[in-house]
Amino acid sequence: MKVSEFTCPFAQRRADDGIGYMDDQNDHVSMLLKLKDVRKAAHNWQTFQSAAVPGRIVIPSEVDIRTIRQIPFELDPPQHTSFRALVEPWFKRPLEQEYQMRLNQIVSKVIDTALSKPNSVDVVSEFALPLQSRALTLLLNEPFEESEVWIAWGTHVFRSEGEALDADKANILYEYIDVQIEKALQAPSNNLYSVLLDSQVDGKKLSKEEVKGILILTFAGGRDTVINAVTNTIAYFADYPDDLTRLKTEPNLVNTAVEELLRYFSPLTQMGRVVTQDADFAGKTHMENTRISLCWASANRDEKTFEKANEVMLDRKLNPHVAFGFSHHSCLGATHARLILRTLVTQLANRVCAVDVQAAAQNIEELGEFKRKVGFNELHVKFKAI
Amino acid sequence: MAKIIFNTTDEQSLTLEAESGSLMQLAVDNGVAGIDGDCGGVCSCATCHVFVNEEQMALVGEAGEIEADMLELADNLAPNSRLCCQIAVSDEIDGLIVTVAQ
Repeated sequence: MKVSEFTCPFAQRRADDGIGYMDDQNDHVSMLLKLKDVRKAAHNWQTFQSAAVPGRIVIPSEVDIRTIRQIPFELDPPQHTSFRALVEPWFKRPLEQEYQMRLNQIVSKVIDTALSKPNSVDVVSEFALPLQSRALTLLLNEPFEESEVWIAWGTHVFRSEGEALDADKANILYEYIDVQIEKALQAPSNNLYSVLLDSQVDGKKLSKEEVKGILILTFAGGRDTVINAVTNTIAYFADYPDDLTRLKTEPNLVNTAVEELLRYFSPLTQMGRVVTQDADFAGKTHMENTRISLCWASANRDEKTFEKANEVMLDRKLNPHVAFGFSHHSCLGATHARLILRTLVTQLANRVCAVDVQAAAQNIEELGEFKRKVGFNELHVKFKAI
Repeated sequence: MAKIIFNTTDEQSLTLEAESGSLMQLAVDNGVAGIDGDCGGVCSCATCHVFVNEEQMALVGEAGEIEADMLELADNLAPNSRLCCQIAVSDEIDGLIVTVAQ
């Protein structure tokens, strides 16, 4: 089996009744597995809410490790709409030329380092993590050196080496953000903390807690997702080096290639919602105050929409995937993440001709009746320059 | 060469010209407000929703199944809604008028 083969554990259930089940810390989850159901539920915030107890829509639940609300992620309209409108222009900055130029330099340097190593490189800790952290300095408009602090945190902000949630680890992030907010209050700059502290929503200045909620989302939402996307992309090219050559000669395929890799690997498996009233949906009755999940990973392999859903087709033209979620809560960091991946794929195609895997440790999520490979805990490779 | 007129919600009107590519790409390249085209045209993000001038619907035709599924849950859906990443620029649509939905 190839290292980049990610089988879909949901296929049978999706074909049967379209719903999977998992227990998560004694808080049951009904997992929606079909693309159309996932989209409809994501759209229906009146019945399937995000503004539940903070941490409850995340799977595994973070209810026991945080009380602070992530914003705009854990809000529903109309509050969500106001906060989203405030932060969206900031998160579209990756469309600016200077941002792209600086990200290009960051990617270039990470590849330089990987190519210069005589021995193998662990893609997770020595490539994807530094790349994710350095790129985040652009998104937050922070000095490049700050990335060293974030790299030192390791690959999971909320998790320790196992998959269990770790309150101590989460506190490192929360305390760090508190300190940064105080610094920004004392010496305002043009970073995200200062911009938010100086902002208003619906005529009211943002509180420190709201600013913290936005920053936690920015740090946590784009951490292991980006690391998985980068690592899995490199695993793919290890298995299919000819595609590097193809992308070099056909650079206009980079966009469809990145969207297809996002679909296939689905770096975030699922996201939950809390049912606000008893509801018949997707052939089942969902009781008030229970949880459903929008299983992006399953939806992205739905054969009813995607031809050859379990194959990577780099030139797939119609690709209505939900790797970044769907509807009003679609990923705020998607513009940044897409730029990272497009830049990475372009540079790999122009600089690397082969990636040899030396050792790999898979990261398998245990989701009740399902086990899903979401990425790697370690992926040791040697990059070969053109 | 086809001329396309984009009307935006802030009541601007832009006339743009192209020979090929998609309507979305033309809009993004020229900074048309309300057309983001985040996914680059693979019909995944629905950030390029436009209303086609009703009298010109025959020029572009109806949305295909995948596009229609995306539009079904879009804000402000109308019978003349299209995702403009799925409309190819050619001489046949010269003079097309579209209104940006967002």
